[in-house]
Amino acid sequence: MVLDIIISGLISGSIYALLSIGFSLIYGIARIVNLAHTAFFMVASYCIYQATHKLGFNPAFGMLTAVILVTLFGLISYKLFIDPIREHEAAVLIATIALAMAMQEVMLIIFSGDYLSVPSLINGYLKILGVKVFYQQMLTFGAALLVMVVLWALLMKTRLGLAIRSTAEDREVANLMGINESRVAMITMGISVGLAAFAGAVIVPLTTLSPFMWMHPLIMMLAVVVLGGLGSIKGSFCGAYILGFAEALVVFLIPMGAFLKGSVALSIMIIVLLIRPEGLFGVSFEEER
Amino acid sequence: MGILGFYLRKLYTIFKGEVLVLPSRVVVLLFFLVLIFLPVATQDPYILRILILTSIFAILAASWDLLSGFTGQMNFGHALFFGVGAYATALLNLHAHIPPWGSIPLGAFAAVLAGLIIGIPCLRLRGTYLALTTLAFPIILMGIIFAIPDITGGELGISGLDRLSGSRLSDYYITTVLMLGLCTIMWKITDSNTGIIFHAIREDEVAVRAAGINTTRYKLLAFCLSGFFAGISGGLYAHFMRIAGPSTLEVSMSFTVVIWGIFGGIVTIYGPVGAVFILFPLLEFMQFWPEYRMLMFAVIVLLILLYMPDGLLPWVRDKIETECPRCKIRNIATRKTCRICMAPLD
Repeated sequence: MVLDIIISGLISGSIYALLSIGFSLIYGIARIVNLAHTAFFMVASYCIYQATHKLGFNPAFGMLTAVILVTLFGLISYKLFIDPIREHEAAVLIATIALAMAMQEVMLIIFSGDYLSVPSLINGYLKILGVKVFYQQMLTFGAALLVMVVLWALLMKTRLGLAIRSTAEDREVANLMGINESRVAMITMGISVGLAAFAGAVIVPLTTLSPFMWMHPLIMMLAVVVLGGLGSIKGSFCGAYILGFAEALVVFLIPMGAFLKGSVALSIMIIVLLIRPEGLFGVSFEEER
Repeated sequence: MGILGFYLRKLYTIFKGEVLVLPSRVVVLLFFLVLIFLPVATQDPYILRILILTSIFAILAASWDLLSGFTGQMNFGHALFFGVGAYATALLNLHAHIPPWGSIPLGAFAAVLAGLIIGIPCLRLRGTYLALTTLAFPIILMGIIFAIPDITGGELGISGLDRLSGSRLSDYYITTVLMLGLCTIMWKITDSNTGIIFHAIREDEVAVRAAGINTTRYKLLAFCLSGFFAGISGGLYAHFMRIAGPSTLEVSMSFTVVIWGIFGGIVTIYGPVGAVFILFPLLEFMQFWPEYRMLMFAVIVLLILLYMPDGLLPWVRDKIETECPRCKIRNIATRKTCRICMAPLD
């Protein structure tokens, strides 16, 4: 029981962390609230299904192509639909919702609404204290951690990371210092969509695919980001594990918990916001006037 | 007789001088007339049904604009008010046997209460934080509804409500007249002193507070007003469909309201109403290609936004009307000089 909760919490926490870090990055750099973020995650999962089932690719290779393809797709849709209206905050919001809906419908037309599944990369399990821990679960958790470490290194140790962080800090000053702000936004969008696609790739063997699978992660991701503080990577990371564990606890401990898991996680977010309106690690921005 | 003639002539002069001079006012007048006299031309139950639902959602979209557009409190969980209105109306009607004319206003008051409850924690938040937090409330309520199926009917919802009225035609008149009336009231509210304060809160809250206005009270007022109108639309929906189900609280419902609002143009009231009257029948019309329906809807929204990021209706209005540079009075675009101060228009 306890181990079940820990495993389930760690896995969903890592997925939420991958998703919300990507979302946080693009919000911090370009102030784009990308509600289509988890739709990219859904598209990536379907790409992997297509690659492994229909085209007969090796699963690992299929995942790699899926991540690259979805990243490209994300960049193209950013250039076409979001970049021209970036100055209108409200318009960006519904443009991204419409984009997500369009992706959902396309997937619905191509793959129908049936639940699909993808085989795991490695089979077998390990028994720890009498609880089965599948290798795939460990792989998912490990891969998620690895990517987060790589991302941390990218942001903290490279010149590109420096540019990204300074643009997030103050867009205008970064521009004056000779950073090409629109190119940084473009690269960040790529990283962000890539992270979403990667999250799709690692979770896909553990879950079932449906065109509506982006809704629940979207809500949880938004809760995580708000809980941790908008635009704060550290906050997203901690918030993701807090909500992941909260969800796991509710599902395993409360009868009818599966219905309440979203409610409890979101209530935690609201309680934290009542105490700290800028989230756990958020910096309260100087009011923009 | 003479005095009646005098008033009629005066009315005609006002009509000619105030309504016929601006194409947007003529369009609004035509809109009213068409809606009221439509049953003379057709009484097809299917068309009436679409128009009834359109009217109900028009109230909802306009109430979103009152809160999110005018006051700037970006609400992503507007389905909460709609759902609370629908569920409260349904419970009152089914268990307390209150007829629709009583249960709908009471349901709306339940939605006002919901507005107060979510308004108080949201007072400290602004901008994107607020938008993302409000998104959570309908989902929390939906979880509760699923967890206690004995009272709320769980996934199936509460069915078997009274009809709104005896026939489809009277349903049509009740919803349309209510829609026209409530939207006019909302438009009047935004034009009043309160509305000006709402505007000011959106533009610069600190400055409003510095002017000695209790912004907390006005923000809560905006939440309550918006909740009231949305609750009425939820109650009408519950009585018309005769079911209040969890679909009224879904995330997609909240998103659809936001799409209507921004597509039509926020801070206008008439924008969201117009958007519902364009998009909802369009969506119904696309039933002919059921698989591509939502896809085409999404693509249309994306394309329109790309060219008119401020919304469709303000864009159209700017094309057919120009503002006088000197006295800020609106004129039809074909005029060379302003109709009030005769300043040349560019």
